[in-house]
Amino acid sequence: MNINNIISPEQLEALIKFGINVLIIIIKIAVVLGVGLLHVAYATYFERKVIGHMQVRLGPMRVGPHGLLQPFADGLKLFFKEDIIPAQADKPVFYLGPLIFMAAAMVNLSVIPFSYSFVIANINVGLLFIFAMAGIGVYGIFISGWASNSKYAFIGGIRSSAQVISYEIAMGLSLVGVMIMAGSLNLTDIVRAQEESVFGMFAIPQIIGFVVFTIAAVAEVNRTPFDMPEAESELVAGYFTEYSGFRFALFFLGEYIAMFIMASLATVCFLGGWTLPWYITEVIPFIKLVPGIVWFLMKVYAFIFFYYWIRATVPRYRYDQLMAIGWKILIPIALANILLTGLVKILI
Amino acid sequence: MIQKEAEKIFETKELNVNMGPQHPATHGVLRLVLDIDGETIVKVTPYVGYLHRGIEKLGESLSYFQALPLTDRMDYVSAMSNNIGYCVAVEKLFGIEVPERAKFIRTIVGEMSRIANHLLWLATHALDIGAMTVFLYCFREREWILDLYEMICGARLTVTYPRIGGVRNDVPQEFLESLWKFTDEFPSRILEYETLIDQNRIWLQRTVGIGVISAEEAVSWGMTGPTLRGSGVPYDIRKHMPYDAYDKVEFEVPIGTTGDTYDRYRCRMLEMRQSNNIIRQCIEKLPPGPVMADEPKFTLQPKDKMMPITHPTKEMAYFIEEKACKGCGMCLRACPAKAIFGEKKKPHKIDQALCLQCATCFVTCKFKAMKIVPGGKGLSDEKLAELAAAPVPEEITKAAEHLVKQFEFIKKGPKVPEGELYVATEVPKGELGFYFVSDGSGKPYRMRLRAPSFIHAGCLPRLCVGHLVADVIAAIGTIDIVLGECDR
Repeated sequence: MNINNIISPEQLEALIKFGINVLIIIIKIAVVLGVGLLHVAYATYFERKVIGHMQVRLGPMRVGPHGLLQPFADGLKLFFKEDIIPAQADKPVFYLGPLIFMAAAMVNLSVIPFSYSFVIANINVGLLFIFAMAGIGVYGIFISGWASNSKYAFIGGIRSSAQVISYEIAMGLSLVGVMIMAGSLNLTDIVRAQEESVFGMFAIPQIIGFVVFTIAAVAEVNRTPFDMPEAESELVAGYFTEYSGFRFALFFLGEYIAMFIMASLATVCFLGGWTLPWYITEVIPFIKLVPGIVWFLMKVYAFIFFYYWIRATVPRYRYDQLMAIGWKILIPIALANILLTGLVKILI
Repeated sequence: MIQKEAEKIFETKELNVNMGPQHPATHGVLRLVLDIDGETIVKVTPYVGYLHRGIEKLGESLSYFQALPLTDRMDYVSAMSNNIGYCVAVEKLFGIEVPERAKFIRTIVGEMSRIANHLLWLATHALDIGAMTVFLYCFREREWILDLYEMICGARLTVTYPRIGGVRNDVPQEFLESLWKFTDEFPSRILEYETLIDQNRIWLQRTVGIGVISAEEAVSWGMTGPTLRGSGVPYDIRKHMPYDAYDKVEFEVPIGTTGDTYDRYRCRMLEMRQSNNIIRQCIEKLPPGPVMADEPKFTLQPKDKMMPITHPTKEMAYFIEEKACKGCGMCLRACPAKAIFGEKKKPHKIDQALCLQCATCFVTCKFKAMKIVPGGKGLSDEKLAELAAAPVPEEITKAAEHLVKQFEFIKKGPKVPEGELYVATEVPKGELGFYFVSDGSGKPYRMRLRAPSFIHAGCLPRLCVGHLVADVIAAIGTIDIVLGECDR
């Protein structure tokens, strides 16, 4: 029997094309996932080194030269640790919590444009997608806090959901200015719009939005000074107090990936993604030869470094103060920024 | 209306949270039971006693000399001040005068301990509120002080350097030099901490107006030390009832105004600067002379004075005379090396290979069956018995006498006047008082401690109720408690 009898050559060709496309996507996913996880490992190392040097100490130094293998040692340790589950915990939900949290964070990697052509899913609602996933991530936090059957975890979970939801509003509103200027929700289009704009990056015209976004992003990923849900000195470890071993590692992974996502979002929406402003490329023309991903990662890591810097510098806010900042300061400012951007857009 | 209906249907009650004894922010093993309504504290119940070691009771069965190391274990963050407090109290009971130099040295180490304590307080207080870097900055300087301690007495934490009647040994010149260097550097280091938190908006929001307590109330709650001075009461024992060399140095007592967490923080920061000043003055004025009171009846003198003929340990062995030994088993139990063996009511024997020659059995034996004989370890029992029968050289008899005398002096303690007294000193945490009832023997009939941490822990409910959960952490930090002292 001939294969031509079943499908025509054109169809076959289309099928092969489709197959290749799928294969490429799978390879892309594998690369992004692998690099993403490796990034998490070394983001912890980077954090410990940076904070260590800020605090007049050295950070990890023992495992490998300058402690370079420390992340692997940590991972291995967490992997082989006993998985303790509280006796009265709601087990299925307890299992599900970290998975949701991490999955919701990792899915975001698919819409981040790392470079001109390197994005797994170039969807036209990329920005909304990230918000939606951040919203789902809260479920992970909340149900793990609830299912642990621990009061600390419970308070941590409640705090966290309240915090993440209210700061998501501020963050969303701060990005509306960017949407207005770019006229799109597609992250690749937003970067292109910045490339073509006079300023080269939206951080300059959208400076208010950028500041609001930066503050909200710190709160969104639960880091100092907004690390209320896991306020070590009050709630032991917040919503993941009762988690141990690899489930704990999942939360850790999720948190660092969320940090990476927020840094990428700042890079893409405000700092021009993989592009450089025209006034820099005009002055130093050969800088164009450097691949875009280098600029992208440099911006992302500068932003992540900023996170670490804050952590080493400031104390923690109290819960009510945190909410007051979110609702009474950031949201009104973000709204004013939208108004301003809209007016400018109409007038020009 | 709807709310009232809802309250009828759904019963609401406070969430009962158990905080501690194992908790990152309760500074040891303090246990707080919080009743919280949302995030607001309704009720706080502190529970103490998780680190109770019965130091007061132990003090009754130990002579005055022996109880001194116990005070290290009370407030282990500032052991030096505790030692001084104990020594000052016992000296008053004995009625002895400490030499000038020892007084100045004590003032120096006491203020060093105040700085070390306040550094640890600032470190943990800031860490609790979330300022992580301050923690490590503070520990850098605390480490320096601990190294200086090591220089004078070899210990870092449980020092037992001040002794009844003075200090253990004179300070070396290098110590004074490096301490001078420390005092030169330290004010700039305080500025370093202050750049991080002093005017920090978050720090101000977390501390100003938190845990406010008025001057009258603070006094009636029994607060002392910087915790009281934060409320504006200039009560400092160093100023009002000077001990050691505090009447010979100039210093100010910093006080706050409103009595909130920030004021108490400011008080302690200023106090560190004052302590630094006091140390500098003491180094400048440090007089020459002895460091131990010349009162052989009441103090432990240097070894060569107490035992003019030291025990020749290498060239002799202990031997139990069979005739004299009643087989009571006292030496058997006392021997740290378990070198003595034998049945009850039968003469014991010493395994010479195991014997450490520590003389414990020698002073324990009530029947004088233990003999010191000249000879080494290699000798057999028969040979030793032969030597024991021979007349003992006078030197060894003398040495044995001195040894027993010194042992009994420490074990039984000096004969002290009868009576009772309360002596308070200003330790970094507040007023540390020692109350002794003496029945004339070498051991206190009753030893009672007024520990500032215990009293401050009792104030926690007053400081916390009405605030939020996070403020409990600030309140625990601001009263600066150490549970070793609180539980005793």
